[in-house]
Amino acid sequence: MSTTTKPVNQKAWFLVLPVIVCVAFSAILPLMTVVNYSVQDILSPDRRIFVGTEWFAAVMRDQDLHGALWRQIQFSLAVLLVEIPLGIALALSMPAQGWKASAVLVIVALSLLIPWNVVGTIWQIFGRADIGLLGYYLQQAGFNYSYTGNASHAWWTVLAMDVWHWTPLVALLAYAGLRSIPDAYYQAASIDGASKWAVFRYIQLPKMRGVLMIAVLLRFMDSFMIYTEPFVLTGGGPGSATTFLSQYLTTKAVGQFDVGPAAAFSLIYFFIILLFCFVLYNWMQSLGTTQKEASHG
Amino acid sequence: MARIELDLAHAYKANPQRDEDYALLPLTMTFEDGGAYALLGPSGCGKTTMLNIMSGLLQPSQGTVKFDGRDVTRLSPQQRNIAQVFQFPVIYDTMTVAENLAFPLKNRKVPAREIQERVGRIAEMLEMSHQLDMRAAGLSADQKQKISLGRGLVRSDVSAVLFDEPLTVIDPHLKWQLRRKLKQIHHELKLTLIYVTHDQVEALTFADEVVVMTRGRAVQVGPAEALFERPAHTFVGHFIGSPGMNFLPAHHEAGQLQILNQSIDVSGERRLPPGPLTLGIRPEYLVLSATGKTDTLPAQVLRVQDIGTYLMVTCQLGDLNLKARMSPEAAAPQPGDTVHLQVLGDHTCFYQNEVLVK
Repeated sequence: MSTTTKPVNQKAWFLVLPVIVCVAFSAILPLMTVVNYSVQDILSPDRRIFVGTEWFAAVMRDQDLHGALWRQIQFSLAVLLVEIPLGIALALSMPAQGWKASAVLVIVALSLLIPWNVVGTIWQIFGRADIGLLGYYLQQAGFNYSYTGNASHAWWTVLAMDVWHWTPLVALLAYAGLRSIPDAYYQAASIDGASKWAVFRYIQLPKMRGVLMIAVLLRFMDSFMIYTEPFVLTGGGPGSATTFLSQYLTTKAVGQFDVGPAAAFSLIYFFIILLFCFVLYNWMQSLGTTQKEASHG
Repeated sequence: MARIELDLAHAYKANPQRDEDYALLPLTMTFEDGGAYALLGPSGCGKTTMLNIMSGLLQPSQGTVKFDGRDVTRLSPQQRNIAQVFQFPVIYDTMTVAENLAFPLKNRKVPAREIQERVGRIAEMLEMSHQLDMRAAGLSADQKQKISLGRGLVRSDVSAVLFDEPLTVIDPHLKWQLRRKLKQIHHELKLTLIYVTHDQVEALTFADEVVVMTRGRAVQVGPAEALFERPAHTFVGHFIGSPGMNFLPAHHEAGQLQILNQSIDVSGERRLPPGPLTLGIRPEYLVLSATGKTDTLPAQVLRVQDIGTYLMVTCQLGDLNLKARMSPEAAAPQPGDTVHLQVLGDHTCFYQNEVLVK
């Protein structure tokens, strides 16, 4: 605080108050409810027992939950590994201007407009061996494809569905990044005799860094919370091959009424996402600061 | 290095009909090998278009570009072996200063030892030797522009180095320094340099030959002195110099020059075509005297401004304002005084339809 005789004015707090109330009702209170569940065993509305960290200890030992978490991490990594390069490739091959650019933008964005459960339904039909375009022709080609019977087929189908649904988002972000590069960079590169690869490596990729970070963050968070699409397509099966984290938790909380362990793991889930975003955000910030330091040197 | 010959016209629109449709009107021009040239003109005069046609970023809609007699009209900048520096700094963010400077050489598979030697030399010329290992992204705008300049100069075998208003982003004091540096580099490396600018001081100090352009036309090509002393076009007179040339409408008939209501006998001095003319005289050469003669024009002093090293006297003659430069030691007239303007002299130029009467 400064030592000057500036009049103290606390009225500004009243302006912040509506936000605090809104955030309290939309985020903090629900989260507190989850905290509440995670430390108690609620047998009936008037019989509740405080159990401390028991639920947390229980979920740490839960093998099924470990399986779901591991599947989830693998899936999210696969999503990033496929969607980011594919999105960049798509953006690079999209026309830069004219009516073709507008047309391609609309077509690319189409899948983003479809609701999650409809996406699941579309792929459910698409993959069916009797009437589905994909399933039928894979069968005809002699490939015994069945997303309901074969665990790895189910996994790859869910991945393909997510790639189909969300790669356009990465492509649109990368496209926006590409369009913001001034022409002078390409002209200079052409005069410097740079190859296409060098233009990509030294101009396009560095200039897209910011939007790609956002794309990675969004796609990680979204895929880590994936629920509706695999639920509609495979219902988590066969077995537990496509039971991802949120579905496992929902089954536990709503299906089996194991609210305590589900709440405990929800909090852990929440912290995993928070931790990843924190690490990524700080990494992005540090990329910025090394540049600033260089300018002082 | 190469001698560049242009014989072309360019329009951004298809099927140009009128003069206004052309960005560059049909012209022929030659840039000699090893020369330092400037293309000077106001915004939109076609100077950047001409530069981009020479570099190969743009193909002229008609005509040819020749390097040493070889037709290169359809060749890319790379095939023409051109270097170009742009108005705003273009650097490769992820590379160090040294890697940035080496990039054009590396792409051309120059041996590593030669690259190192050349980069070292250019960095030294630009006073960047101590920054070679720094990341280019963190540098200030003028440092980045120095890198861009360096990338333009680093290749020893270029046909020409083209500059498109390269000092726009640079601070005034550094601008002066870099301009001198470029001139020095020109003498050391003997490259053909072509420099686009709208700043006459920049053009006149940098170039041996200045091409003055307006509305898609190159109106005069010549050294600074010629542009100042004998502007070939009223635009050159008006654009070069600060302030520009004074112009007076006149009419010539049988040795009698009619200016406003006064007739001056010019029969003995020079041959002038009959009919309407424009008389041009630079403020530096306009003489003010207290007493009238038969060849002077009476005028009213409107303003006297002290510009530090000289006095600027604005006189009113009919509806026209004429400016004269006087040394601060001279007895300055006061506003409201009547003075007599000596408009005819060795440095007076006459124009017919905006073009100099030889």
